[in-house]
Amino acid sequence: MQKLAEIVAGVSNGTLSASAVLEEHLKRISTRESEINAFNLVTADQARLDAAKIDADIKADKKVGALAGVPIALKDNMCTRGVETTCSSKILQGWKPPYDATVVTKLRNAGAVIVGKTNLDEFAMGSSTENSAFGPTKNPHDITRVPGGSSGGSAAAVAAGFAAASLGSDTGGSIRQPAALCGVVGVKPTYGTVSRYGLVAFASSLDQIGPFTSDVRDAATLLEVISGHDPMDSTSIPQSALSLVSVLDQGVKGMRIGRVTDLPEGCEPDVLARLEAAFDALRSAGATIVDVKLPSLQYCLTAYYLIAPAEASSNLARYDGVRYGNRVDAADLNAMYAATREAGFGEEVKRRIMLGTYALSAGYYDAYYGKALKVRRLISDDFARAYKDVDTILTPTSPSTAFKFGSKTDNPLAMYLCDVFTIPTNLAGHPAMSVPFGVGADKMPVGIQVLASTLGEQAMFKVAAELERAS
Amino acid sequence: MSEVPVLPNDWQLIVGLEVHVELATKTKMFSASANRFGDEPNTNIDPVTLGLPGALPVLNQHAIELAMRIGLALNCKVQPCTFHRKNYFYPDLPKAYQITQYDHPLNVDGHLMLPGDVRIGIERAHLEEDTGKSTHFGGSSGRIHGSDYSLLDYNRAGVPLVEIVSRPDIRTSEQARQYVAELRSILLAVGASDAKMEEGSMRCDVNVSVHKPGTPFGTRCEIKNVNSIRSVGRAIDYESRRQVDLIESGGTIRQETRHWDDSTGRTETLRTKEDADDYRYFLEPDLVPLVPDPAWIEAVRAALPVLPAARRKALAELCGVDKDGESAIVVVERGQDDYVRAVISAGGDARRAVIYVQQAFAEQGAAPKVPAKDLAALTILERDAKVTSTQAKTLLTDLIESGGGDVVAMANKRGFEALDTAALEAMVDAAIAAEPGAWQKYCDGEEKALGALVGAIMKSSKGKADGKAATALLQARRG
Repeated sequence: MQKLAEIVAGVSNGTLSASAVLEEHLKRISTRESEINAFNLVTADQARLDAAKIDADIKADKKVGALAGVPIALKDNMCTRGVETTCSSKILQGWKPPYDATVVTKLRNAGAVIVGKTNLDEFAMGSSTENSAFGPTKNPHDITRVPGGSSGGSAAAVAAGFAAASLGSDTGGSIRQPAALCGVVGVKPTYGTVSRYGLVAFASSLDQIGPFTSDVRDAATLLEVISGHDPMDSTSIPQSALSLVSVLDQGVKGMRIGRVTDLPEGCEPDVLARLEAAFDALRSAGATIVDVKLPSLQYCLTAYYLIAPAEASSNLARYDGVRYGNRVDAADLNAMYAATREAGFGEEVKRRIMLGTYALSAGYYDAYYGKALKVRRLISDDFARAYKDVDTILTPTSPSTAFKFGSKTDNPLAMYLCDVFTIPTNLAGHPAMSVPFGVGADKMPVGIQVLASTLGEQAMFKVAAELERAS
Repeated sequence: MSEVPVLPNDWQLIVGLEVHVELATKTKMFSASANRFGDEPNTNIDPVTLGLPGALPVLNQHAIELAMRIGLALNCKVQPCTFHRKNYFYPDLPKAYQITQYDHPLNVDGHLMLPGDVRIGIERAHLEEDTGKSTHFGGSSGRIHGSDYSLLDYNRAGVPLVEIVSRPDIRTSEQARQYVAELRSILLAVGASDAKMEEGSMRCDVNVSVHKPGTPFGTRCEIKNVNSIRSVGRAIDYESRRQVDLIESGGTIRQETRHWDDSTGRTETLRTKEDADDYRYFLEPDLVPLVPDPAWIEAVRAALPVLPAARRKALAELCGVDKDGESAIVVVERGQDDYVRAVISAGGDARRAVIYVQQAFAEQGAAPKVPAKDLAALTILERDAKVTSTQAKTLLTDLIESGGGDVVAMANKRGFEALDTAALEAMVDAAIAAEPGAWQKYCDGEEKALGALVGAIMKSSKGKADGKAATALLQARRG
């Protein structure tokens, strides 16, 4: 399978045709997609037109973009003009946005070829893609196991070679955890680095778009393209795009890497063994390992499961059957709302809407949502103290490797624990990424998470590149 | 001024007003769609207006500036502020939440002065977005409940609003009317809104309660759908009497929202507090705090025009009229105070100038067609008793019709010449002689009898006598 960098180089210098590259990927899709179910929609016809256009531009000696001819898959919660965008929910089935998300515009301008919309846990709520209304995505390494979630389709698409890269969204780990479980690279950038305009909101203060790729360099290239200020997103940081590829070969000599001494329990020993191996690799490459404490880490999961559902309860209230999406008619307005939302939303989405509504209700706000916001400040303070002593922090991405279908679906709390290492980053608005680093006892991929402080992407990518070289 | 109904048995009225005004921006609060009244339904819309999945709000800088103008004109403190979501379901609310300001509004702690130096506190003036407009068909109430179907127009959705919340400092329905009128003239003066109550760009919610002095305020009811200054007064008069009658007959007031029906002149229950939505306010995560640069605030303050109250005061002092009187209020509201100044500068009589303009220039706007020097000449003719006040009024009409001209020539053309005092004295003698009965009654203190005497003078002078001068002479004779 070709990497993104190879495709761009080959297409740009004329040794590869974008159309041929696309056909290879479409062929893999036609061979394996029926068992993997990575996509809600494959846009083969439009992709062929787009690839042909790139090839024509190359022939005409026109300047092509940084992603010329790269087949890319989009999580199906990013708006694509005229192309169905469902969030893997029945309530949005058939909805075609009249506009492109900012990231989609950026990809198109850079010459990327969009191959389809990938499956997810409904409205990005879940850690296994089992909450999709359109059936789960399978892990390409073992189809009896989950790909992780919520961006399971995007992770599987890259792992299966359906696309050279993909975009996901990460609210509590939804890029990093499936990246780890599928053995690919996944990055959640600093909050505000990539525009959220056109990303269907789950929890607005936590959501962030980021790339899936098969290696660190490709992730850096893709993130450079999609980052940068967007006046359409008020929370977008007013700064130009990130510069990352240039630092990848700088090594980690002299860098200080944090080891969290009060990491929450519950991590599988084979995963912890890989974490130790990662520290060893970095130490041998010249980095110093420094112990850090993050005492508020233990409260993050609880805080997250108040903040994210609270915002979701508000963000998902617009699916009322009035203007777009599916409507179930009933005798009066309130009955129509109830029937529409009863039929349109799945169990997990309903659970979180209820949780969030409760957390924000008069008389409960201070005890739940208000407290959660305090934890959010505490973990930010913890990180701020830690980053005085270290450049990056290393943790496992997920407490375990990919688990079997159905093993956690009856126990929401067990499912929520999948995100115990990834959630604190979202609460703090920091960047973090998952890099494949060997396999566990079950021969399934293990991901190591590299965390950094706000806009610390360069340090994070240096460490990730070093881990990749060592793996 | 209409009669102010007084509540019986020492009941005291307490009123606070929440006034929503649509800002006169080109575009909406959070998107680039036009902010324009009266367009074809659903033409000024976009993904943000419709609350489409993935759409995000971006603050309109001009809306912030207009909101600051309002705050500064109302003597508010302009401060760093945040936006919250107010969550509730209704078809004309596209996102199912309204973006508004909650615990940290843009403008706080201001005040507005009413005639008689009555100070009404302004608690806050905050930014928020308007909803769309629903029209319900079928059913009898015109509301969604019981209707056959509803049509939605989202042109208004996302139009920037400022909600101005007064403190409960208003004590009479007359004050409430004055408050709304004064607020409206301020909004117009600073160019923040066209403030048309009939088009809904200025809307009042009225909070009414009653209590006995020395006891805590009573339970309040909020009255909605009050769409004119006159209705503000009527609704308060009705509602306060309703509350007093209910309490005095042994009932208790429920906290509720009531609907004003202008045709029946009554309020009725819309929803009780128990039915009220829990709005689940929380910080809007799609926006960042708004921290207006102090230099910006000062620039907006410096650019504010002279406000109506100050203009009325200046005009009143210049013309020798009451600053809270009709002529000062009307002339300033029409923006004709500069014109009055021009008349005075052209040598006109100040008091007559302002009164002429008030009485005859209602259709003229801020820049009347009649040259200031012509109106000045007319005031001098009357002041010097070259024409009577009745004749002056006729000449004023002539001036307006012709758009100006030489008033002396006009007076000559009409054959106007005022009678001198000696001639008038002779006519007074004649009138007393002709109407002895009326004169006797007048001397006995019956003021109405004056009419017959003045009438006789006007008749014998063929309308050339100055009614005021004749009255003065009659009064002098009576002693």
